[in-house]
Amino acid sequence: MTLLTSPPTTTARRTSPFDLREFRVARRRQDTRDTVTLALEPVDGAPLAFEAGQFTMLYAFGVGEVPISISGDPTRPGPLWHTIRDVGGVTHTLAHVRRGDVLGVRGPYGRGWDVSAGKGGDVVLVAGGIGLAPLRPALLQLLSERADYGRVVLLYGTRTPEDVLYVEELERWRGRFDLEVDVTVDYGPPQWHGKVGLVTSLIPRAGFDPAHTLALVCGPEAMMRYVASALLDRGVDPQRVRLSMERAMDCGVGLCGHCQLRELFVCVDGPVFGYDRLERLLWLREV
Amino acid sequence: MTTTTPETREKIRDYIARHCFTRDLPERYVNLLVEHADVRAYQEGATLFTEGMPADRFHLIVSGRVAILMNVPGRGDQVVDTVEDCETAGWSWLVPPYRWFFDARAVTDVLAVTVDAKALRELCHDDPEFGYLLLQHVTQVMLERMQAARIRLADVYGTGPT
Repeated sequence: MTLLTSPPTTTARRTSPFDLREFRVARRRQDTRDTVTLALEPVDGAPLAFEAGQFTMLYAFGVGEVPISISGDPTRPGPLWHTIRDVGGVTHTLAHVRRGDVLGVRGPYGRGWDVSAGKGGDVVLVAGGIGLAPLRPALLQLLSERADYGRVVLLYGTRTPEDVLYVEELERWRGRFDLEVDVTVDYGPPQWHGKVGLVTSLIPRAGFDPAHTLALVCGPEAMMRYVASALLDRGVDPQRVRLSMERAMDCGVGLCGHCQLRELFVCVDGPVFGYDRLERLLWLREV
Repeated sequence: MTTTTPETREKIRDYIARHCFTRDLPERYVNLLVEHADVRAYQEGATLFTEGMPADRFHLIVSGRVAILMNVPGRGDQVVDTVEDCETAGWSWLVPPYRWFFDARAVTDVLAVTVDAKALRELCHDDPEFGYLLLQHVTQVMLERMQAARIRLADVYGTGPT
């Protein structure tokens, strides 16, 4: 698509949060039927530092801009990784870019998982659907600092076996002795030998000590409500349950108001929030 | 009453006393269950029960994984749920017409304690306290399963975040 290879000119020095950097698509991987992962190389050569859980505003030139969580490794400089699900006009364009195309990137923005808050205790990550993508940087950080944490558990639920993200990586993770990985799907064909059921069903038997656990949760909002309840039922402190919220955004820096969640702005106050802060809002309708 | 050796009965008693579904039952009720229970091993791929057939056993899964299946013409068997160690498989034995509503197949090698359903229903009838306690346990599990099924019906992953 020619419009992607003809980005607007930008200045070399960037100081405004609206400044746009150009990134070239170095690699595109089709993860599932509707989801791709892109590796983006900075055109100016400077890698983008970020914290696990942050997002960028990705701009398909001439089409539009959307917030997308960073799915790469925050502990290793390299390409900027984004996993994108084709669900709308802009994401459709982003999901169909080709190697060599140029995209605009603003950010990184937002408050991340603050993974290090889990040091000395157990960490459980609960992902639903494409919610695994924003949790991947947190898991990679945990694995890079593995000795600083107790048990690390990844619980992942998605619709069908064909919708499972990062299959090869999940298999590698599952093979580690220092990581517990459990996967379940909503619907399974007869050849599926894994679990079928809701991701919440994995929580009661997962190997973590609720009194000393940091829980990181990302997925559809409805799923996160039930997951948070199951974690609290297990005895995890609400302040130690963190949820990554998803809202439409235009600016990413707290100006447009599109991501407003009552008194909170998902883009600057989040996207990661403690459940103690979100609980009241999650159960309110039309917020 | 099921005929078993004393050693096997002790093993069954131990399985029931430690199983998540029955471990908080008073000992006298555990003993009641043991009298009507046996232990069965199913190899991977073996059928535990079949849709439409008499629901004559109550299954406490001790180890392994069981798929609950529904056959859909043109699509074959669809796995609608799985149950594992410390869970139970099937509730059709509890209410008329006492016929299995789904198939159940061992996904891995499975060890299960199975209880004679007719005897269990009679025990519930003869001892309402036991019956109420058992129904409380059953209802709890059924509620969790039904809520999970309803959430899955909402297909929440269909509109997940990007």
